[in-house]
Amino acid sequence: MSTSDSDASTTITFVLNDPPYENARSTTAFRLIDSALRRGFNVNVFAYEGAVALPFARQTPHANAVHGHDAAAEDHPNTKDWVAALLAEAAERKVKLDWVNCGLCVDERGVAEAIPGTRRGSPADLLRFSEGSRSTLVIPTR
Amino acid sequence: MASYLLIESRDPFESNDVRYFYELAASLARAENDVTLFLVQNAVLAARAGEHASWFADLGKAGVRVLADDFSLRERGIAKARLSDGVTPAGVEAIVDRLGSGARALWH
Repeated sequence: MSTSDSDASTTITFVLNDPPYENARSTTAFRLIDSALRRGFNVNVFAYEGAVALPFARQTPHANAVHGHDAAAEDHPNTKDWVAALLAEAAERKVKLDWVNCGLCVDERGVAEAIPGTRRGSPADLLRFSEGSRSTLVIPTR
Repeated sequence: MASYLLIESRDPFESNDVRYFYELAASLARAENDVTLFLVQNAVLAARAGEHASWFADLGKAGVRVLADDFSLRERGIAKARLSDGVTPAGVEAIVDRLGSGARALWH
Protein backbone atom coordinates (compact mmCIF):
# COMPACT_ATOMS: atom_id res chain seq x y z
CA MET A 1 0.00 0.00 0.00
CA SER A 2 1.44 3.43 -0.82
CA THR A 3 0.18 6.96 -0.53
CA SER A 4 -0.48 8.87 -3.72
CA ASP A 5 0.24 12.53 -4.28
CA SER A 6 -3.45 13.28 -3.83
CA ASP A 7 -3.32 11.90 -0.29
CA ALA A 8 -0.40 14.07 0.80
CA SER A 9 -2.52 16.84 2.23
CA THR A 10 -4.43 14.41 4.43
CA THR A 11 -1.59 12.13 5.45
CA ILE A 12 0.65 12.31 8.51
CA THR A 13 3.72 10.12 9.04
CA PHE A 14 5.03 9.03 12.44
CA VAL A 15 8.45 7.46 12.93
CA LEU A 16 8.75 5.35 16.07
CA ASN A 17 11.90 3.96 17.66
CA ASP A 18 11.11 2.77 21.17
CA PRO A 19 10.60 -0.91 22.03
CA PRO A 20 7.41 -1.95 23.81
CA TYR A 21 6.96 -1.48 27.56
CA GLU A 22 10.13 0.62 28.03
CA ASN A 23 8.99 4.22 27.79
CA ALA A 24 6.00 6.52 27.88
CA ARG A 25 6.89 7.62 24.35
CA SER A 26 5.23 4.46 23.01
CA THR A 27 1.97 5.30 24.78
CA THR A 28 2.08 8.88 23.55
CA ALA A 29 2.72 7.65 20.03
CA PHE A 30 -0.32 5.37 20.16
CA ARG A 31 -2.42 8.29 21.44
CA LEU A 32 -1.24 10.48 18.57
CA ILE A 33 -1.91 7.82 15.93
CA ASP A 34 -5.36 7.19 17.39
CA SER A 35 -6.14 10.90 17.42
CA ALA A 36 -4.98 11.33 13.83
CA LEU A 37 -7.17 8.45 12.64
CA ARG A 38 -10.19 9.75 14.57
CA ARG A 39 -9.71 13.16 12.95
CA GLY A 40 -9.82 11.55 9.52
CA PHE A 41 -6.16 11.62 8.57
CA ASN A 42 -4.44 8.84 6.69
CA VAL A 43 -1.49 7.72 8.79
CA ASN A 44 1.83 6.13 7.96
CA VAL A 45 3.90 4.57 10.70
CA PHE A 46 7.52 3.67 10.10
CA ALA A 47 8.89 1.57 12.95
CA TYR A 48 12.64 1.58 13.44
CA GLU A 49 14.85 -0.23 15.93
CA GLY A 50 13.00 -1.52 18.99
CA ALA A 51 9.65 -0.22 17.74
CA VAL A 52 9.51 -3.10 15.24
CA ALA A 53 8.54 -5.27 18.22
CA LEU A 54 5.37 -3.28 18.90
CA PRO A 55 3.24 -5.47 16.57
CA PHE A 56 5.12 -8.73 17.30
CA ALA A 57 2.51 -11.46 17.04
CA ARG A 58 4.00 -13.72 19.71
CA GLN A 59 3.47 -11.34 22.63
CA THR A 60 1.35 -12.97 25.35
CA PRO A 61 -0.26 -11.59 28.48
CA HIS A 62 0.80 -12.96 31.84
CA ALA A 63 -0.53 -13.67 35.30
CA ASN A 64 0.43 -11.56 38.31
CA ALA A 65 1.16 -13.44 41.52
CA VAL A 66 1.39 -10.22 43.55
CA HIS A 67 -2.14 -9.31 42.50
CA GLY A 68 -3.28 -12.92 42.84
CA HIS A 69 -4.51 -12.85 39.27
CA ASP A 70 -4.25 -15.43 36.54
CA ALA A 71 -3.57 -14.12 33.04
CA ALA A 72 -7.23 -13.64 32.26
CA ALA A 73 -7.94 -11.73 35.46
CA GLU A 74 -4.81 -9.59 35.15
CA ASP A 75 -5.85 -8.62 31.62
CA HIS A 76 -2.42 -7.17 30.93
CA PRO A 77 -2.44 -5.50 27.52
CA ASN A 78 0.10 -6.30 24.87
CA THR A 79 1.17 -3.65 22.39
CA LYS A 80 0.26 -5.89 19.47
CA ASP A 81 -3.37 -5.59 20.58
CA TRP A 82 -3.14 -1.82 20.54
CA VAL A 83 -1.68 -1.87 17.04
CA ALA A 84 -4.50 -4.19 15.97
CA ALA A 85 -7.02 -1.81 17.51
CA LEU A 86 -5.55 1.11 15.57
CA LEU A 87 -5.77 -0.89 12.33
CA ALA A 88 -9.41 -1.67 13.11
CA GLU A 89 -10.08 1.98 13.91
CA ALA A 90 -8.65 3.01 10.55
CA ALA A 91 -10.75 0.45 8.70
CA GLU A 92 -13.91 1.53 10.50
CA ARG A 93 -13.26 5.18 9.65
CA LYS A 94 -12.24 4.35 6.09
CA VAL A 95 -8.83 5.96 6.40
CA LYS A 96 -5.48 4.33 5.81
CA LEU A 97 -3.05 3.16 8.44
CA ASP A 98 0.08 1.86 6.74
CA TRP A 99 2.38 0.34 9.39
CA VAL A 100 5.84 -0.59 8.11
CA ASN A 101 8.59 -2.27 10.14
CA CYS A 102 12.18 -1.68 9.09
CA GLY A 103 13.25 -5.07 7.74
CA LEU A 104 16.84 -5.01 8.96
CA CYS A 105 15.70 -4.03 12.44
CA VAL A 106 13.19 -6.90 12.34
CA ASP A 107 15.87 -9.39 11.32
CA GLU A 108 18.40 -8.47 13.99
CA ARG A 109 15.71 -8.66 16.69
CA GLY A 110 14.08 -11.86 15.38
CA VAL A 111 10.58 -10.39 15.39
CA ALA A 112 9.52 -11.22 11.86
CA GLU A 113 6.09 -12.50 12.95
CA ALA A 114 4.02 -9.36 13.04
CA ILE A 115 0.25 -9.14 13.26
CA PRO A 116 -1.77 -8.98 10.05
CA GLY A 117 -2.17 -5.53 8.58
CA THR A 118 1.45 -4.53 9.17
CA ARG A 119 4.25 -5.09 6.69
CA ARG A 120 7.99 -5.27 6.32
CA GLY A 121 9.82 -2.46 4.54
CA SER A 122 12.94 -0.38 4.31
CA PRO A 123 14.11 3.23 4.64
CA ALA A 124 12.95 3.71 1.05
CA ASP A 125 9.40 3.39 2.40
CA LEU A 126 10.13 6.12 4.95
CA LEU A 127 11.31 8.41 2.17
CA ARG A 128 8.12 7.75 0.21
CA PHE A 129 6.04 8.26 3.34
CA SER A 130 7.69 11.56 4.11
CA GLU A 131 7.39 12.84 0.56
CA GLY A 132 3.72 11.89 0.48
CA SER A 133 2.74 13.41 3.82
CA ARG A 134 1.68 16.80 5.07
CA SER A 135 4.05 16.41 8.03
CA THR A 136 6.38 13.81 9.49
CA LEU A 137 6.97 13.51 13.25
CA VAL A 138 10.00 11.54 14.39
CA ILE A 139 9.80 10.37 18.00
CA PRO A 140 13.41 9.57 18.86
CA THR A 141 14.77 7.42 21.63
CA ARG A 142 16.65 9.25 24.35
CA MET B 1 6.45 32.84 8.03
CA ALA B 2 6.58 29.14 8.81
CA SER B 3 4.69 27.17 11.42
CA TYR B 4 6.68 25.20 14.00
CA LEU B 5 5.53 22.62 16.51
CA LEU B 6 8.10 21.84 19.22
CA ILE B 7 7.15 18.91 21.44
CA GLU B 8 9.00 18.70 24.73
CA SER B 9 8.74 15.41 26.64
CA ARG B 10 11.41 15.88 29.31
CA ASP B 11 11.41 17.39 32.77
CA PRO B 12 13.73 20.46 32.80
CA PHE B 13 14.78 19.61 36.36
CA GLU B 14 16.08 16.26 35.15
CA SER B 15 17.62 17.27 31.85
CA ASN B 16 19.59 20.52 31.37
CA ASP B 17 19.12 20.65 27.63
CA VAL B 18 15.37 21.24 27.93
CA ARG B 19 16.08 24.95 28.45
CA TYR B 20 17.88 25.00 25.09
CA PHE B 21 14.70 23.65 23.49
CA TYR B 22 12.70 26.45 25.11
CA GLU B 23 15.25 28.93 23.73
CA LEU B 24 14.91 27.40 20.26
CA ALA B 25 11.16 28.02 20.45
CA ALA B 26 11.73 31.62 21.51
CA SER B 27 14.29 32.19 18.75
CA LEU B 28 11.96 30.86 16.09
CA ALA B 29 9.16 33.07 17.37
CA ARG B 30 11.40 36.14 17.45
CA ALA B 31 12.17 35.37 13.80
CA GLU B 32 8.45 35.91 13.19
CA ASN B 33 7.43 32.29 12.81
CA ASP B 34 4.27 30.79 14.30
CA VAL B 35 5.53 28.63 17.16
CA THR B 36 3.76 26.23 19.49
CA LEU B 37 5.60 24.50 22.34
CA PHE B 38 3.64 21.42 23.45
CA LEU B 39 4.59 19.88 26.81
CA VAL B 40 3.94 16.15 27.16
CA GLN B 41 4.85 13.38 29.63
CA ASN B 42 7.25 14.63 32.33
CA ALA B 43 7.66 17.99 30.61
CA VAL B 44 4.35 19.05 32.16
CA LEU B 45 6.01 19.01 35.60
CA ALA B 46 7.54 22.35 34.61
CA ALA B 47 4.11 23.75 33.87
CA ARG B 48 3.25 24.08 37.56
CA ALA B 49 3.33 27.59 38.91
CA GLY B 50 6.49 28.29 40.88
CA GLU B 51 9.81 30.09 40.98
CA HIS B 52 10.60 28.98 37.45
CA ALA B 53 7.30 30.29 36.06
CA SER B 54 9.17 33.15 34.39
CA TRP B 55 10.41 30.67 31.80
CA PHE B 56 6.95 30.43 30.27
CA ALA B 57 6.17 34.11 30.75
CA ASP B 58 9.31 34.86 28.74
CA LEU B 59 8.26 32.42 26.05
CA GLY B 60 4.87 34.08 25.87
CA LYS B 61 6.49 37.50 25.49
CA ALA B 62 8.53 36.10 22.61
CA GLY B 63 5.31 34.98 20.96
CA VAL B 64 5.42 31.25 21.71
CA ARG B 65 2.14 29.50 22.41
CA VAL B 66 2.69 27.02 25.28
CA LEU B 67 0.35 24.07 25.62
CA ALA B 68 0.42 21.22 28.16
CA ASP B 69 -1.01 17.75 27.50
CA ASP B 70 -4.09 17.39 29.69
CA PHE B 71 -3.67 13.60 29.88
CA SER B 72 -0.08 13.98 31.18
CA LEU B 73 -1.30 16.58 33.69
CA ARG B 74 -3.98 14.20 35.02
CA GLU B 75 -1.48 11.33 35.22
CA ARG B 76 0.68 13.48 37.51
CA GLY B 77 -2.14 14.94 39.56
CA ILE B 78 -1.55 18.49 38.37
CA ALA B 79 -4.75 20.49 38.53
CA LYS B 80 -5.35 23.16 35.92
CA ALA B 81 -5.57 25.75 38.70
CA ARG B 82 -1.92 25.04 39.57
CA LEU B 83 -0.53 25.82 36.13
CA SER B 84 1.71 28.76 35.36
CA ASP B 85 0.11 31.70 33.62
CA GLY B 86 0.72 31.36 29.94
CA VAL B 87 0.40 27.55 29.89
CA THR B 88 -2.82 26.21 28.44
CA PRO B 89 -4.00 22.61 28.82
CA ALA B 90 -4.72 20.87 25.52
CA GLY B 91 -5.27 17.40 24.11
CA VAL B 92 -2.96 15.67 21.65
CA GLU B 93 -5.44 16.75 18.99
CA ALA B 94 -3.58 20.05 19.10
CA ILE B 95 -0.47 18.22 17.89
CA VAL B 96 -2.36 16.28 15.22
CA ASP B 97 -4.11 19.35 13.86
CA ARG B 98 -0.82 21.22 13.54
CA LEU B 99 0.81 18.27 11.82
CA GLY B 100 -2.17 18.11 9.50
CA SER B 101 -1.69 21.79 8.70
CA GLY B 102 1.91 21.22 7.71
CA ALA B 103 3.76 22.44 10.79
CA ARG B 104 7.44 21.57 10.97
CA ALA B 105 7.66 19.30 14.00
CA LEU B 106 10.47 18.51 16.40
CA TRP B 107 10.33 16.14 19.35
CA HIS B 108 12.73 16.47 22.26
